[in-house]
Amino acid sequence: MTDISANFLGIKSPNPFWLASAPPTDKKINVLRAFEAGWGGVVWKTLGSQVKNVSSRYSAVNYNGTKVMGFNNIELISDRPLELNLREIKECIKLFPDRAMIVSLMADNTREKWHELIAQVEDTGAHGLELNFGCPHGMTERGMGAVVGQDPEIARLVVEWVMEKATVPVITKLTPNVHSVVPTGRAAVEAGSHALSLINTIQSVTGIDLDTFVPNPNVAGKSVFGGYCGPAVKPIALKMLATISQDPVTSKVPVSGIGGVSTWKDAVEFMLLGATTVQVCTAAMKHGFRIVEDLCEGLNNWMDEKGFKTINDFIGKSVPHLTQWEELDINYHIVANIDQTKCIHCGLCYIACEDGSHQSINQQYGKPYNTYTIREEDCVGCNLCKLICPVDNCITMVEQRKGPEYVNWKEFQLRGMPLNDH
Amino acid sequence: MAIKNNRLTAEQYQQNFSDIHPPFDSRESALVEANRCLFCYDAPCTKSCPTEINIPKFIKQISTDNVKGSAHTIFAANIMGAGCSRVCPVEKLCEGSCVYNLLEEPPIPIARLQRYATEQAMEKNWQLFTRKPATGKKVAIVGAGPAGLSCAHILSREGVDVTIYEKENKGGGLMTYGIAAYKVTPQFCEQEVNYITALGGIQIKYGQELGKHISLAALKAQYDAVFLGFGVGLARQLNIPGEELEGVVDAIRFIYNIRAGAYDRVPVGDKVAVIGMGMTAIDAATQAKRLGAQEVTLVYRRTQAEMPCTEAELDLAKLDGCRIIWLAAPAMIKGEQGKVTQLVCNLMQLGEADASGRRSSVETGEKFILEVDMVIKAAGQIPFEELVTSNQLQHAQGKITVQKNGATNIPGVFAGGDCVNGGKEVVDAVQAGKLAANAMLDYLSS
Repeated sequence: MTDISANFLGIKSPNPFWLASAPPTDKKINVLRAFEAGWGGVVWKTLGSQVKNVSSRYSAVNYNGTKVMGFNNIELISDRPLELNLREIKECIKLFPDRAMIVSLMADNTREKWHELIAQVEDTGAHGLELNFGCPHGMTERGMGAVVGQDPEIARLVVEWVMEKATVPVITKLTPNVHSVVPTGRAAVEAGSHALSLINTIQSVTGIDLDTFVPNPNVAGKSVFGGYCGPAVKPIALKMLATISQDPVTSKVPVSGIGGVSTWKDAVEFMLLGATTVQVCTAAMKHGFRIVEDLCEGLNNWMDEKGFKTINDFIGKSVPHLTQWEELDINYHIVANIDQTKCIHCGLCYIACEDGSHQSINQQYGKPYNTYTIREEDCVGCNLCKLICPVDNCITMVEQRKGPEYVNWKEFQLRGMPLNDH
Repeated sequence: MAIKNNRLTAEQYQQNFSDIHPPFDSRESALVEANRCLFCYDAPCTKSCPTEINIPKFIKQISTDNVKGSAHTIFAANIMGAGCSRVCPVEKLCEGSCVYNLLEEPPIPIARLQRYATEQAMEKNWQLFTRKPATGKKVAIVGAGPAGLSCAHILSREGVDVTIYEKENKGGGLMTYGIAAYKVTPQFCEQEVNYITALGGIQIKYGQELGKHISLAALKAQYDAVFLGFGVGLARQLNIPGEELEGVVDAIRFIYNIRAGAYDRVPVGDKVAVIGMGMTAIDAATQAKRLGAQEVTLVYRRTQAEMPCTEAELDLAKLDGCRIIWLAAPAMIKGEQGKVTQLVCNLMQLGEADASGRRSSVETGEKFILEVDMVIKAAGQIPFEELVTSNQLQHAQGKITVQKNGATNIPGVFAGGDCVNGGKEVVDAVQAGKLAANAMLDYLSS
């Protein structure tokens, strides 16, 4: 029997899927509907200073007819009255005591303000706090959000203030708008943060209206950099998560993974790189809370097939597979193979290899269908043709080792082994 | 039983002859299909197009909202790209070789996308080509059909002054006069001719028939070169008793009447037999049905495996409720008081394959009778052999013999389209006109 429940620093949820701090989690009516739909927990939309939002707030990147491959926003933290938020949080916890209720915080930058806010939030019975050190727009100009997350020493100071007061688990949310998330992650952990979450949104311009020349989103003819998220940012988020999981300091604390999670497969990938729970926003904003059904069912079925009884059986399992380039085996060699019975003669592999890689595919004229074959001696095993091919398993990569033993780059140089001559 | 016109209401005619392949009704719906295109390299669809339109490119241009560029890509290869998007038998050309067929998925609707781009170009009157300064060279073209127009457009682009002599009073050739009205309307054909000639440098003289109003010798004397694109026209006779009876018509004339006049003025029988199984036979049969005939029967001497029309066309006839009798050849038409009453057919069987691999059709000795009041002959068209012979043009059974580039045996005289190939698709004629134009430019500059 598979158990998909999560236990994050003692915060229990029936599944590892939390809604990230964002519009879907900014009020009772929504959070109750999310819990009814089956979400394991929510991170309540950030509370803190008083703000006022603008209109419009969102823009998106579409790709080849698919809407919202990437999404960006210039919305600020919650613009609802603090008292109202606190009352509603309390009511939600009472109605759904088995779900995780984390509250995202971004106080004005003084010790007192943070202490005051933490006390008020803890009074609601919330199970944990998430420190918003990542918001890349609007709040930064006031010395909050990403400005804190981008400077490890400021982050350390704020976490220290928080830890003086907090009695429930504290999660520090990291900004990706840095060259590495590790320094701030370390500072937060060293200052006592119980956990980390990442990534927040990435500064972006999603596009420009070619008639008005105004970048998106348009606010009365002007725009600002917005925070980018959605499926497009997943690879960046996974990389940043991996660096946190590899670091000796930050890998000691649990992580909640965020960034473009749309399906159970995405979620499993975050967990394989060390996330205990995952947070979802864009996919829920696009399709509604109902997506949690397949998140749970897909995860459950996958765990069943793999024989994993709890999520702890596979969290972090892919981290050891990531190494340094210098450690890769140079003798490992693969070449492409085209299954002629599956080939539909689109020529995409040929032109990709010809113009984009190593010119190792033969084209034999036919009317209307050409025949394409691999010249194995020229194939460097780059994967490009296989990635481009529109037919599943038509192009496969076949192992043809250059030598039986493992040889990495350092060893390769040491032995004076031959470099390419073409 | 009787042959009569005005069988339906105006609404019924309107509905029966409305566009059979409606265009995309929005940009979004076109983009869904455009985005499905894999953008094949050295694409099978392009190779299967006689004019070699760069199809992946024009579809990609639709998907990037570069519709003007898309239309240019199409017209650069095929100036009748708008008409071809409506009349091409794409299931045996571009769409038939779309790689999605090999995945058992529906092919990209290439024709519909081509229509999407070209229709906008025509509606918005985008002039996508400019004419080079006049070279002083003059060319005469005989026939304002697809071959002639295609040839004229390329020549004019290069600064040649073109005069087209057309025997009808409208341009477009068989596109205007010989194709089912639910595929292209006469209005559309006229717009297309106007769009093509808007380039400038092309003058069409209507009502000018070669051998009647004009002569090849005179054209040769007056112009620097001549292109012949006068098509085929005469319906093949059945050579059976009763062919002279009232109620026996040829399909080309029948379709011409539908195209040239109002639907309610075209008479049609109660029970109609159509002889043949080519595209023209289908066009005649379906339109007879759509004009209000109660029963339409297609009679073909071979089987479905040998039929010249495409599966899609056959389906069209079946969906219109036409009956099909395979392995039947007309033997005699019987009549009363000079009017058709019966078609007597020989029951056939397949015999030996000929050189092309097509099996012959042999009489079994059995006969059967169809009660009909109208017989439409669509057993193919024959070339204007007399016209060709009298002008000393080399030919094979009336089809003008040309080199690959369209040059005839007479220096400075080129030919292309149906008068050379005996009757193929519009798109083949466009390509022939294109090739000949390029050869003529070489000829004019040498």
